[in-house]
Amino acid sequence: MLKQIEGSRAMAEAIALCRPEIICAYPITPQTHIVEGVGALVRDGTLQNCEFINVESEFAALSVAIGASAAGARAYTATASQGLLFMAEAVYNASGLGLPIVMTLGNRAIGAPINIWNDHSEAMSMRDAGWMQLFAETNQEAVDLHIQAFKLAEEMSMPVMVCVDGFILTHAVERVDIPQQEDVDTYLPPYEPVQVLDPADPISIGAMVGPEAFTEVRFLQHYKQQQALSLIPVLADEFEDLFGRRSGGLLRTYKTEDAELIVVAMGSVCGTIKDTIDELREEGFLIGLVTLISYRPFPVDQLRDALAEAEHIVVVEKSVSVGMGGPLANDIDLALRNMAHPPRLHSAVAGLGGRPITKNSLADLFRQSLVQPWEGTHFLDLNERIVARNIHRSRKVRRSGPIAENLIRQMATEN
Amino acid sequence: MEHPYAITLDVGTSLANHTGSWRTKRPVYVDRLPPCNAACPAGENIQAWLFRAESGDYEAAWRKLTENNPLPAIMGRVCYHPCQGACNRGEVDEAVGINSVERFLGDEALKQGWGFDKPETESGKRVLIVGAGPSGLSAAYHLRRLGHQVTIKEAGPLPGGMMRFGIPKYRLPREIIDGEVKRITDMGVAIEYGVKVDDIAETMREGRFDAAFLAVGAHIAKRAYIPAGAAARVLDAVSVLHSMEDGEKPMLGRRVVVYGGGNTALDVARTAKRLGAEEAVIVYRRTRDKMPAHDFELEEALQEGVLVKWLSTIRNVEEGEITVERMELDASGFPQPTGEIETLATDSVVLALGQDVDLSLLDNVPGLEIDKGVVKVGPNMMTGAPGIFAGGDMVPSERTVTVAVGHGKKAARHIDAWLRGETYEPAEKHELASFDKLNTWYYDDAPRTIQPVLADVRRTSTFEEVVGGLDETNALYEARRCLSCGNCFECDNCYGVCPDNSVIKLGPGNRFKFNYDYCKGCGVCAAECPCGAIQMVPEAI
Amino acid sequence: MEKDNPMTSETTPGDGVQKLHFYQKGTFTVGNRLVSSDERSVQSSIDRSNALTCGHRACQGCGEALGARYAIDTAMEAAGGNLIAVNATGCLEVFTTPYPESAWQLPWLHSLFGNAAAVATGVAAAMRVKGRREVRVVAQGGDGGTTDIGLQCLSGMFERNDDVLYICYDNEGYMNTGVQRSSATPPAARTATTPVLGDEPGNVFGTGKSVPKIAVAHEIPYVATATVADLRDLEAKVKKAMSIHGARYIQIDVPCPLGWGAASHETIHLARLAVETGFYPIFEAEHGRVTSVRKIRHQVPVTEYLKLQKRFAHLFKGDKVDPRVARLQARCDANIAEYGLLDAA
Ligand SMILES: Cc1cc2nc3c(=O)[nH]c(=O)nc-3n(C[C@H](O)[C@H](O)[C@H](O)COP(=O)(O)OP(=O)(O)OC[C@H]3O[C@@H](n4cnc5c(N)ncnc54)[C@H](O)[C@@H]3O)c2cc1C
Ligand SMILES: Cc1ncc(C[n+]2csc(CCOP(=O)(O)OP(=O)(O)O)c2C)c(N)n1
Ligand code: SF4
Ligand SMILES: [Mg+2]
Repeated sequence: MLKQIEGSRAMAEAIALCRPEIICAYPITPQTHIVEGVGALVRDGTLQNCEFINVESEFAALSVAIGASAAGARAYTATASQGLLFMAEAVYNASGLGLPIVMTLGNRAIGAPINIWNDHSEAMSMRDAGWMQLFAETNQEAVDLHIQAFKLAEEMSMPVMVCVDGFILTHAVERVDIPQQEDVDTYLPPYEPVQVLDPADPISIGAMVGPEAFTEVRFLQHYKQQQALSLIPVLADEFEDLFGRRSGGLLRTYKTEDAELIVVAMGSVCGTIKDTIDELREEGFLIGLVTLISYRPFPVDQLRDALAEAEHIVVVEKSVSVGMGGPLANDIDLALRNMAHPPRLHSAVAGLGGRPITKNSLADLFRQSLVQPWEGTHFLDLNERIVARNIHRSRKVRRSGPIAENLIRQMATEN
Repeated sequence: MEHPYAITLDVGTSLANHTGSWRTKRPVYVDRLPPCNAACPAGENIQAWLFRAESGDYEAAWRKLTENNPLPAIMGRVCYHPCQGACNRGEVDEAVGINSVERFLGDEALKQGWGFDKPETESGKRVLIVGAGPSGLSAAYHLRRLGHQVTIKEAGPLPGGMMRFGIPKYRLPREIIDGEVKRITDMGVAIEYGVKVDDIAETMREGRFDAAFLAVGAHIAKRAYIPAGAAARVLDAVSVLHSMEDGEKPMLGRRVVVYGGGNTALDVARTAKRLGAEEAVIVYRRTRDKMPAHDFELEEALQEGVLVKWLSTIRNVEEGEITVERMELDASGFPQPTGEIETLATDSVVLALGQDVDLSLLDNVPGLEIDKGVVKVGPNMMTGAPGIFAGGDMVPSERTVTVAVGHGKKAARHIDAWLRGETYEPAEKHELASFDKLNTWYYDDAPRTIQPVLADVRRTSTFEEVVGGLDETNALYEARRCLSCGNCFECDNCYGVCPDNSVIKLGPGNRFKFNYDYCKGCGVCAAECPCGAIQMVPEAI
Repeated sequence: MEKDNPMTSETTPGDGVQKLHFYQKGTFTVGNRLVSSDERSVQSSIDRSNALTCGHRACQGCGEALGARYAIDTAMEAAGGNLIAVNATGCLEVFTTPYPESAWQLPWLHSLFGNAAAVATGVAAAMRVKGRREVRVVAQGGDGGTTDIGLQCLSGMFERNDDVLYICYDNEGYMNTGVQRSSATPPAARTATTPVLGDEPGNVFGTGKSVPKIAVAHEIPYVATATVADLRDLEAKVKKAMSIHGARYIQIDVPCPLGWGAASHETIHLARLAVETGFYPIFEAEHGRVTSVRKIRHQVPVTEYLKLQKRFAHLFKGDKVDPRVARLQARCDANIAEYGLLDAA
């Protein structure tokens, strides 16, 4: 059913259609509207057979989900930013225990400095946690990915994060096609756990594992995610068959067939990038886009196939691994490794802490990559004057204070 | 279900890990010797019969008891219960009223008509017993159980010895004696009454006896030299008490003086009261704490109105009065005369100064040794004459029914072995379950049930039994006060407190065993065993 | 003299246990062949579940291993075997489930150090939503996992009145990591992080907290303290807790031979002394109110308790009595006064 609806609300409706049995809620912007939404659906009886639990922290939220999932219930929670970090220990634990929890991340920057706006820092902080991470480009995809995520998680016995850009998706009111309950029921069978806490067949879950078996446990987890690389496209196909809409999958290409430069990005920014591409193509710039949906598992082969023919790759990502650069760029580099003639990789970090990524800036960036390629990581729209001044000052004063604060102070005095 | 590798485990798989290898000490179940048992002259296994009584299985308890002592109803009345003096419970609150439970069991047996089994096989050996006092009866019972033909020759008209002709019936009703003796004769023990053995060798030869046990007691009253006028009425305690049984009640008068400080003196004084004496005064040389009589008996006597003149000796007896001299204890506790004289009006004086043994029947026995008026016996109760054993009051020892019964049992075992040309080796005694071996935390505090005491008025005027028995509830309660020193009472503590779940419970009556595959040797079971029935012993490495 | 009729005996939790006279023998023992089967403790039964079975790797004389079996077996019986346990990280978890062996015999889940209460909430919610009301849930952890790192989750579970029985095995320190101080470590106790150095050797006076009191302040249906020295009391409390739905908390004093520096056979003795000195008040509370206390049977001065433990050995060095012994005694006296642990008589 088509609705003009806020992204969060749409996702809430989609999640409810998946019939979760346990929902743990804890407020943090910009995820809050999602759990509020499902909470309302539980209260008004739309979603039956579901415990909506107001927990005291994100750590508890995921912990409650862990308990519920291990006890055989379909469990869901959502968070963002600080919340994800607060539950970090449980994030690793859920995957280590092989529990198919689905969690929405309303992607948001991590403090300090505290910042409620969108970027992908928090998702990246948990990229090694053993969860599968799917990034939605649009609110329609956000809705669809949730439905696929439950199926993926449960088939793999592995938790899934659905990453949706905070505000840009969560708070945007747009037209979204909300699936029918019957179709979702057809697509997503009831949860059949591979292991469950049951007095009729007791087991001990969560053993202490020493050096003699730990590597194997981790290998098997890694192997499972590799397996998921085959399953994710299948689930997208099945979804398309049933719902008549292409959503999800490992990645999506846009005008890459003849592209000499291919941009790689994740999430909502891909819309802007596509518009930029369209405009640049009018100028004759052979440019295309790979939208990466599945960040974990990371589709190395599929990316290589998609990127092989290009001469340049520009990775645009909303996260920085401080001291290293763009983590996604680094991962893409891995995909290109060992190619006979790998494309040249250009890494750009953009949109941190909610800074708008404009078509103009992107177009400049793409052009520049051809004419004036840079080394290392490029920070899109960096205020270089401020940065330079700060660096200069810190050279003089040994104790210069937190860079972030100084930057802000400087910007404030300049304006 | 195929579990995820390593993070998920099957339940109970730790059984593969035999933690018993960690152990440096191992617990073992032991039976330690309860102090009551150790103190019992009759060698009763008190803890064991109390254990059975605790579950209300009185017959089993009685049978356990009578393995050692065939006279519990008697013993439950007259035994001076050294067991209770030794009882560990005394250090917690008050000693277990072992004696009263014994009496309850004895009475219950008489009430229910429980009897002894006849021996399964006959040995064909003939044993003569002289004297149907407690020692003779006990020996007869044990010998009969062992399959021997037993004949008791008794000078008197009735069985019981001093129990009948000494101990007053308000303490020991005669039907109790009759009942318990009958059980013994029912086993096939023959008692010939009115037969005084005066030549033991001759009697044995005549009756073709293979062995003999002598238990003639000590019946000749000791006399002290006291100047007495011709008309003075001076009697001895043994005859006074004896005549109580013979029909002819002794004439003691309104005022009676009893001379002596033993239990016999008290019995006579109390008997005198019952015979109508207005005044019964015991004259005793020393002080109360030096008195050989048991305090509880003195207490009962005092309650009945018996008076005691402490630190006094009788100097002279005349008709109607005596002269007494006040004594003083010297530094070593001996009474010394002070020269202070006083007179007391009295109708009769009864001397209770102890008894000697009539040894005339032993005159012609070679090898037999007499020392200080009693017959010497070896550790096997045999006299110097082969095949002739002796026990009870006639051998050197404490003179009590209990000792006499113990001698009878002991002698029987040795006679039995001797008849087979063997020697009897008693089983080695377990280590004593002393108080420090117990963990008394686990016992609730509980004072001893006081046996109902006959209303004072009634008891001074009648010969009705003074001390009543316990009813079943009380007896059960009392039995359950037993701490079961040194012997497992299946409290399940070890089974419960083992952090390694390494004690196997074998079910009612079968106690427990350790699972050494897993026992780490922490010693908690031994520390928490209430009754000290677990010992930690070093592992041999 | 009027006595309790020895033919009748009663069992009610708390002080009621005191009244149970097995005819004066074995009143405080684990079992007794003399009482009817329904009066016997769970631990005395051949059929007890042994939810925590042999082969676990706890130290010799481990109070926690014992307490856990006591508590979980009781809960198992109360739940008719329909029990799921959630375990915090800590000794109990480590010594029971090192791959490839588990000593548990019930469905059991270990997630993290500080989230046992929340995980249990999740399990309980799952059971509820699946209509399996018969399945009951316990969470368990050490004092560190409960009073420190897990307190937030615990408080959340309490406040929501989730249907979980949380059992804290209080060995007064972080034992699994090598005996560090927790907020349950008593004053003066030596731990690896409160060493016997400086002006105030051992743990500092005036620190620490009572989680049982914190639990009471949540006004949850049931809170109790217990020890491994009083099995019947412990079982009665677990049984009572299991008869109630909603959030429940039981904290069990479980001496740790290794961490306390005591002989392995003293475990139960120490727990007993902890009660008899007033060091560890034993009480029950319902809906925010203390409803019963376990009275001291034979009062003992605190030195008797302290002297058995090397963690307090520094108090008895030299010939002068350390004034902090008196402060510890005062602590006991304060408990005795606050909870009324002594009978007037
Ligand atoms: C007044 C009094 C009260 C006592 N109260 C207690 C008490 O409360 N508790 C206690 O434990 N002890 C008590 N005693 C002591 C106890 O009675 C004796 O120690 C015990 O009876 C000794 O038993 P015995 O078998 O050796 O001898 P006895 O009981 O004296 O029995 C010997 C038997 O042998 C018979 N006899 C003797 N010579 C011959 C012979 N030549 N041929 C055949 N038969 C013979 C006698 O007639 C007698 O029946 C008391 C003693 C007295 C005098
Ligand atoms: C988040 C986290 N912090 C620290 C640890 C390390 N750790 C594991 S067990 C433990 C001590 C447990 O103490 P307690 O809860 O009292 O249980 P005990 O071992 O004493 O039974 C610690 C500190 C951990 N596993 N997780
Ligand atoms: S408590 Fe029982 S076993 Fe121990 S001495 Fe007393 S009667 Fe004998
Ligand atoms: Mg601890």
